[in-house]
Amino acid sequence: MTVSGADIARVFRAEHGRAVSVLIRALGDIDLAEDAVQDAFTVAVERWPRDGMPPSPAGWIITTARRRAIDRLRREATREARHTEALALHAADENTAATQEGPVKDERLRLVFTCCHPALSREAQIALTLRLLGGLTTPEIAHAFLVPESTMAQRIVRAKSKIRSAGIPYRVPRDEDLPARLASVLAVLYLVFTEGHTATAGADLGRPDLAAEAIRLARVLVELMPDEPEAAGLLALMLLTEARRPARTDAAGELVVLAEQDRSLWDRALVDEGQALVHRCLRRGAPGPYQLQAAINAVHTDARTAAETDWSQVVALYDHLLRLAPTDVVRLNRAVAVAELDGPQAALALLDRLDLDGYVAFHVVRAELLGRLARWPESATEWDRAAGLSDNGPESRHLLARAARAAGAAARTDDRR
Amino acid sequence: MKTYLISLFSPDGPPPEDLDLTTVMADLEVVNADIRAAGGWVFAGGLADQASATTIRRPRDGVADAVLTDGPFAEAKEHLGGLTILRSDDYDVVLGWAERIAGATGLPVEVRPFQGDGDPGQAPTDQ
Repeated sequence: MTVSGADIARVFRAEHGRAVSVLIRALGDIDLAEDAVQDAFTVAVERWPRDGMPPSPAGWIITTARRRAIDRLRREATREARHTEALALHAADENTAATQEGPVKDERLRLVFTCCHPALSREAQIALTLRLLGGLTTPEIAHAFLVPESTMAQRIVRAKSKIRSAGIPYRVPRDEDLPARLASVLAVLYLVFTEGHTATAGADLGRPDLAAEAIRLARVLVELMPDEPEAAGLLALMLLTEARRPARTDAAGELVVLAEQDRSLWDRALVDEGQALVHRCLRRGAPGPYQLQAAINAVHTDARTAAETDWSQVVALYDHLLRLAPTDVVRLNRAVAVAELDGPQAALALLDRLDLDGYVAFHVVRAELLGRLARWPESATEWDRAAGLSDNGPESRHLLARAARAAGAAARTDDRR
Repeated sequence: MKTYLISLFSPDGPPPEDLDLTTVMADLEVVNADIRAAGGWVFAGGLADQASATTIRRPRDGVADAVLTDGPFAEAKEHLGGLTILRSDDYDVVLGWAERIAGATGLPVEVRPFQGDGDPGQAPTDQ
């Protein structure tokens, strides 16, 4: 079998976190580990097309990276002696422990928790996670978040330097710290996903690559922490959201809202996988915010048509979620479900108590509810406001179109008077 | 083993009247005792009011006189009010102590490592 550049790139992406985490442990230095893994892939690009893919690509990369690191350190005699010591210390288990799945699992978990340490800014956590665990290049991450490459490079350098100088530990947190620290990891992955689902800015509604990367990393986390229901809940939430992607835009790339989506376009395999995860989670009886959001999405994906949605179930799940996460954004989403059960007037009354003026979705929901009450001029104003707040091309075009429709309805109502 | 500075920032002016300083100091002492017990203690102390500060500037040319200004270096609503210097090989433990100091005083706290891994200054005489 011939090995193509694309095959190697795929292996690189898939095995980067594994290889870097083992090397960080062995070398005690993130940059050194990254360079070594990069070297190993350079060797792979030369050899694999000629010799074929090794039986364990990850093991091959780790072993080669370690040898390259030793060479590099010998060449750069100026490096501190402790690196060489660290190498000597770990050289013994080179071909055994470090390349076996068990210990490597722990290494990757350490890496996740270091990248998402609360002493790092959220932006730095996201960049480091995608870079080290995800194996994305700095230009790829910069492109995904629409920042200049130099900005992203600086962000990553600064984060690594803080890890080194502050002494941010490379380990899985103690049990008593785990819930808070895991929340930080989940938040990072979810932010990557939501940016992929609806980009903050740009000509396209979302960035499928970024969403796919978030799902891949969430799968890794579930594999590493099978006993954490919130990790599974997050994965389920991502899968059930991603499943609807094919129906979220029409042929022209314009946004189609949930109620109007062609549900036959939903990705059935993702829906099934997500729903199975939700059911498995809920049986454990430890529902957290991600599991509940996944459960709400499971109710939506259960309905063959928008009209068949079990709204009382949705409201009940939001009530539960509100007890765990009493935020205005959750209250807003709950109000949408209340509108379906008790009518738009009841939902509008709920909205009046929220403080979400700069939030696109708040104005979308208000506009929609006002429209259902035929209060067209107010509705048009809200659609306009929402469009003004959105930097996403397809989204803001959709909102402007709705504003024009509402304004048209307002004019017609005026004429009849 | 790394050495860290924990700085405490207090708003200018006298402490709020309903604040029981005795309790605050007692709560702080509990944290300090734990830092000592863990072998991390170097130094801690509270500073006098920022109005008592004098800022000194002098060029490196060896000629110009020093210029003294009555007041703190930076104009701000909050100034360095106290500091703790400690050693630890576990950053998470240091953050935990800092969280407790913040909780005991209700003031924002900054954790900052000294450069390098070694002892940043003279070893204290009591060790």
